[in-house]
Amino acid sequence: MANDLTPLSDPGLPKHVHRKADHDPKAEKRAEQQVAILFALSAVGTILFIYSYIFIKTDLFVFLPLLGNTNAHQLGLGMGLTIALLGIGFGAVHWAKTLMSDTEVIAERHEFRSSDEDRSEFVKTVKERSAEAGLGRRSLIKRTLGISVGLVGLSPILLLRDLGPLPKKQLEETSWRTGTRLVTDPGDRPIKASDLEVGAVAQVLPELRMGQKRTLEDIGKDAVLLIRLRPEEFQLDAERKSWTHEGIIAFSKICSHMGCAVALYEQQTKHLLCPCHQSTFDVTRAAKVIFGPAARPLPQLAITVDAQGYLIAQQPFNESVGPSYWERSS
Amino acid sequence: MTARERVAGNVANYVDERTGAAAWIKKNLNKVFPDHWSFMLGEIALYSFIILLLSGTFLTFWFDPSMKEVTYEGSYLPLKDVEMSAAYASTLHISFDVRGGLLMRQIHHWAALIFMAAIVVHLLRVFFTGAFRKPREFNWLLGIGLLTLGIVEGFLGYSLPDDLLSGTGIRIAEAIIQALPVVGSYLSFFAFGGAFPGEVFIPRIYTVHILLLPGIFLALITVHLMLVWYQKHTQYPGPGRTEKNVVGYPLMPVYMAKAGGFFFIVFGVTAFLGAVASINPIWLYGPYTPGQISAGSQPDWYMGWLDGLVRMAPPLETHAFGHTISWNILIPGLIIPGILFTGMALYPFIESWITGDKREHHLLDRPRNVPNRTALGAMSLTFMIVSLINGGNDIIATHFDLTINQIMWFTRFGLIILPPLAFVITKRICLSLQRADRELVLHGRETGRLVMLPHGEFVEVHEPLSAEKKWTLTQHEQPAAIELVQTDKGGVLNPKGIRAKLQARFSAANAEVVAKPTPDEVKQLEGGHH
Repeated sequence: MANDLTPLSDPGLPKHVHRKADHDPKAEKRAEQQVAILFALSAVGTILFIYSYIFIKTDLFVFLPLLGNTNAHQLGLGMGLTIALLGIGFGAVHWAKTLMSDTEVIAERHEFRSSDEDRSEFVKTVKERSAEAGLGRRSLIKRTLGISVGLVGLSPILLLRDLGPLPKKQLEETSWRTGTRLVTDPGDRPIKASDLEVGAVAQVLPELRMGQKRTLEDIGKDAVLLIRLRPEEFQLDAERKSWTHEGIIAFSKICSHMGCAVALYEQQTKHLLCPCHQSTFDVTRAAKVIFGPAARPLPQLAITVDAQGYLIAQQPFNESVGPSYWERSS
Repeated sequence: MTARERVAGNVANYVDERTGAAAWIKKNLNKVFPDHWSFMLGEIALYSFIILLLSGTFLTFWFDPSMKEVTYEGSYLPLKDVEMSAAYASTLHISFDVRGGLLMRQIHHWAALIFMAAIVVHLLRVFFTGAFRKPREFNWLLGIGLLTLGIVEGFLGYSLPDDLLSGTGIRIAEAIIQALPVVGSYLSFFAFGGAFPGEVFIPRIYTVHILLLPGIFLALITVHLMLVWYQKHTQYPGPGRTEKNVVGYPLMPVYMAKAGGFFFIVFGVTAFLGAVASINPIWLYGPYTPGQISAGSQPDWYMGWLDGLVRMAPPLETHAFGHTISWNILIPGLIIPGILFTGMALYPFIESWITGDKREHHLLDRPRNVPNRTALGAMSLTFMIVSLINGGNDIIATHFDLTINQIMWFTRFGLIILPPLAFVITKRICLSLQRADRELVLHGRETGRLVMLPHGEFVEVHEPLSAEKKWTLTQHEQPAAIELVQTDKGGVLNPKGIRAKLQARFSAANAEVVAKPTPDEVKQLEGGHH
């Protein structure tokens, strides 16, 4: 298994070397004073802590080198606590290192394994007692017990059922309907094509119906980015082209990878970048993924204008927005 | 007898007559703890946990774990009249209107970072010195459990304030749940009480963060420490230190003073960080809404490697039979971490199978003397570091004027190439260090003093090592390869053929060492002067 050729013999614990404080009363006195000073320093720290708590206003700012503009109340409390704790800590350690005995002691170890007698006694006892209880014979009792314990164990899982509703169609649907107006976020104002310069970006949401309140769940699915380019900059097929309006194209802002808001738009390259995992989408090619872990383009919202010239959705999203899930079909 | 002694005696008598504690305490006041700086790493983790309990309790007095929408009216003017959740508003209240609140928040967050860092470094110490070997395998498993729970606990903790950054983290967690095949969307709807974000996740993770997980932590840490106590601490090899003894300082007073003092030092350093180093300034991020995000979104460091793996995953998704499987999420988010953590948990058992060593070990290994284990550790660490680098790719890109694409491609290849490279290099370094030890024992320390001999030759004076030092450098065993038994007596192939071959192969690799000096070699050299 292993060769035990140890070349040298163990010389044993080295001779103990005494510290200065062990034989020099002056050094001992000095060490004692140092410990006392550290403990006293701790008390000073606590006084600073109390003073800061009571007397320094919470909105007082002071300028300090390195730290810049600093809240004096918070800094006073923190430094007071620091000094109070470090004083005790360093004092105790210094005490241990200079004044307490530094003679190393030896303790023996013992193998953990129980003696053979104990082990066979143990096995015998367990066997005898289980035989007494009839654990081996009464299989009817064992089986019914097994089934009932299993069933009892399942009931807490049942209790968790009401943690939430079933998903049903919720992951597939957004608030966008045919003819829903695009409104600014924030502000909730309907937008006309002329409101967007070429090169501009805007975040929009579906217009609220009367009495409807917008929840975070809605925003998590409905958030849309509008980007206006020159129409000739697009490389889209006829259908996707018909989903744009005068160079304005609309994508779901919710990343198709893990659902972060795809908020970084680079005007020069016309790329959209998700700050979470850097999936990069090419706006000119219907948000095709050109880099990063996302596997699908951002869903495109077909838009057009209504009679008053306001931007509206031509139809709902034709696919689920946001990250993938098992039931998603494409 | 002074009055004070009499009172103490009475109290002690009262307690002992009812518990018989004196005998047990007497024995344990002499409990010996070996002294080494690397044994403080686990202590730092323990003390950070206590700091977390103390500062966390303070925070619960004001934190309102509710997603009810409120209008902020506190003293932080930039967010005045902004609609936000009660959780975010109460975190602002703690930060600006509760005296000492911001300090406690910052201490709590710093302590969490230190807690995780101490656990990881402690784990590395235990791994590289072989402290996980028999009889300490249970404690290794408990440690892996604590590490895993620590990652979860930390993530839930920084998700509680419901700010824009933490909400984004929760959104990503939701996407991972949703990516689980078959049950994903159901589990997500159960966890969030409906569609994301819903109004229940803050109160739910609050219960888990302040009650469920701390309770489990407390139980696991207690068992972890009881095992350390009962099995006695390991010690580094050296003169007078054997597998049968433990050499160090007694619990009372030296170890008590040192460990107790060290608790205050750890707390003091954490308080200092809380006082001067701003951390997680949630008021700058704003309240969470799924339609917004800020650039440079970063998780806390112990989640960074996971995020880095997710970032570098290739865009792979399977669409078949009306269903979707997101490999780009499942592989980096669940499968790779699962394999890594399972491998880590099983390592003590794998190593003992390879070496065939079933004995108890209380003397630690010097990492150089076990090159394969050390190299494996360096390999895993490299994997983690490459992932972590990619987790900060956006920050690195802006600071070092690189493109995200360059970093991503570097880490994508680096993740495959660098870990094996680290293995080979580390193993070579270990073997070189063994050679250096051998030289030291045989020829002594180079003093740098040049001497001219009578006939004009210059030689450097070598100072022989002390007997203690020589012993420290040569006390270890050197493993021998396990004999390959392929066939039984009748020449029939052993049914365990493949396993035996694998074992033989691994143990042969383990036996690759620089032979330590034999007694004869030492004696010969001691005879001659040089």
